[in-house]
Amino acid sequence: MISHFARSLSLAAATLMLLGCGKSATTEQNASADLVVRIGASAPLTGPQAHLGKDNENGARMAIDDANARGIDIGGRKVHFELISEDDQADPKSATIVAQKLADDKVSGVIGHMNSGTSIPAEKIYSDNGIPQISPSATAVAYTAQGFKTAFRVMANDAQQGHVLGEYAAKNLGAKNIAVIDDRTAYGQGLADEFIKAAQANGAQIVAHEYTNDKAMDFTAVLTAVKSKKPDLLFYGGMDAQGGPMAKQLKALQLDAKFMTGDGSKTPEFIKLAGAAAEGAYASLPGVPLDKMPGGKAFSGRFVAKYGPIQLYAPYCYDAVNVMIAAMQKAGSADPEKYLAALANISYDGVTARIQFDAKGDLKGGAITVYQVQHGTWQPLYTMAANSAAAH
Amino acid sequence: MEILLQQIINGLVQGSIYALVALGYTMVYGILGLINFAHGEVVMVGAMLVLSSLTAMLGWGVPPVLALPISVMLAITGCMALGYGIERIAYRPLRHAPRLAPLITAIGVSIVLQNLAMMIWGRDYHSFPQLFANTTHSFGGAVINDIQIIIFVMAVAIMAGLMVVVHHTRLGRAMRAIAENQHAAQLMGVDVNRVISITFMLGSAMAAVAGLMVSANYGLAHYYMGFLLGLKAFTAAVLGGIGNLRGAMLGGLLLGLIESLGAGYIGDLSGGFFGSNYQDVFAFLVLIAVLVFRPSGLLGERLAERA
Repeated sequence: MISHFARSLSLAAATLMLLGCGKSATTEQNASADLVVRIGASAPLTGPQAHLGKDNENGARMAIDDANARGIDIGGRKVHFELISEDDQADPKSATIVAQKLADDKVSGVIGHMNSGTSIPAEKIYSDNGIPQISPSATAVAYTAQGFKTAFRVMANDAQQGHVLGEYAAKNLGAKNIAVIDDRTAYGQGLADEFIKAAQANGAQIVAHEYTNDKAMDFTAVLTAVKSKKPDLLFYGGMDAQGGPMAKQLKALQLDAKFMTGDGSKTPEFIKLAGAAAEGAYASLPGVPLDKMPGGKAFSGRFVAKYGPIQLYAPYCYDAVNVMIAAMQKAGSADPEKYLAALANISYDGVTARIQFDAKGDLKGGAITVYQVQHGTWQPLYTMAANSAAAH
Repeated sequence: MEILLQQIINGLVQGSIYALVALGYTMVYGILGLINFAHGEVVMVGAMLVLSSLTAMLGWGVPPVLALPISVMLAITGCMALGYGIERIAYRPLRHAPRLAPLITAIGVSIVLQNLAMMIWGRDYHSFPQLFANTTHSFGGAVINDIQIIIFVMAVAIMAGLMVVVHHTRLGRAMRAIAENQHAAQLMGVDVNRVISITFMLGSAMAAVAGLMVSANYGLAHYYMGFLLGLKAFTAAVLGGIGNLRGAMLGGLLLGLIESLGAGYIGDLSGGFFGSNYQDVFAFLVLIAVLVFRPSGLLGERLAERA
């Protein structure tokens, strides 16, 4: 009995070994046929902006899954893409650590970071390692102004966006006395400064400029200070996690001013957080509305079915990954040295825009759309070419 | 003038939330000499529990008048269980370990709770349903709404209740005895473990109420909301004198006032040189100034009384 048991056990072990060998043999074969290309992505996956960061990751993941499902050849070899997603906590210090890690992982390119404040310190590390970086959503002017050849973005910058918003506030909405609050991040501060320039150029007066931070929840004190200056419009430079509660507290303090903000707050989350106070708020987002883009509707349908509602930048992440892959295909190599030039000269029709880069790595052309919350959703009001906006 | 009045109201509302959370820190510190850094996370769990049960019950068609008290009770019970569990798992085994060890487990518990909450409730913000018409009252040019009045009144009532418990009941006497000398209290027949567990549960119940107040006032809940609130409340507890209940209340209200007056006036007073971005710096400057002249906080006892 025992010997029988022992024999069957050894037989089983032998079978397992055989199976094991067979398996490792096939993986080796796969590995020699399939080129594995790693693409890094970085966004805040924890902290107050985690919902936006996850949205970015989902956008990138969908593009990677699509590419793997399509089956992509680069230089005659079949390629399997891998996404390495990292959490930078929207923190400039963590961003440099993440960037170093991605460089050590030998990624072929990076989609990120989400915030301007994290993209800017990280870009030197990518540049030193020769890794192309496409930020889906960093809008600060400084991001492409540092002269790194590896930095690109698929979104209009704050000079363009701030200009459109400032002009819209002063001209179209007729705001005379404007109060500004920003969150002191590279993004919030940059956008607020550009907005102020444009609003003043169009005849409006800035009656107050107050500050908060990207983790705050209570704005009653600064809003009360702002109220004493009697503004007819309040502009907020920052993300939805602050913008939403701010719009709500604005109404609660009976401060009778229009509320306007940038792309960071143009989310369904903003409307959820502000509640009824969201109604009538203005915000902008680079690009034309998604459902007006060829392929935009199909993208959002598939994305929503897979991951739920689009928060904000997922389509831009999707485009960023696809642009990178298109450049690799054109160059016939996933080697950063070889495809970087192809990326700089690419022309690709994405779901958010036709993507072409200028000499600095900024998006060429494009448009900026102003939205307003009407009946609980963001409705596009007005689209303006970013070209003319950048010309100021 | 109306701006000053408004800033004082802002500060008192914010301050009473700080005070309620600060009480949880100070109670535990008073008895164990331990800083329970996971306390902010208990506030967050309280807010999340209220929201989840409230949303579920409203979905089943339970009237708000009934759903609100039930979900508050649920959240209080849940947080008390959580507070008990935290003490039992993370602190009790380390009660005789060097001071640093439970401090590290406290930070560990806080991170674990944050991530668990992120897994359970997701990364999205949850909005607090508008249950009742939140009427705004204005007087002297300043405005205050029903929720804010309720927050202030409830916070004061809970603090008063806690004072009665600590100073006029058997349990309170046991708590004070343990704070003074754990071993002597044990020799006198005080069930130390039980009293410490109850202390944690009381603190957690107050945290649940604070969580409700925060999410009702700001209309939101998020898995990360406990972190900064916990830090501010801890600051308030230190400002007032950690270990001292009246100190925690005073510290909380003061911190709220300092923040709102600081943010409101710092720009005008410094001629625009300092902006409202210095509001936190301002609060911490006051804290440092207090600690330089009174190292044990405004109402704190001399440290020699402890240890």
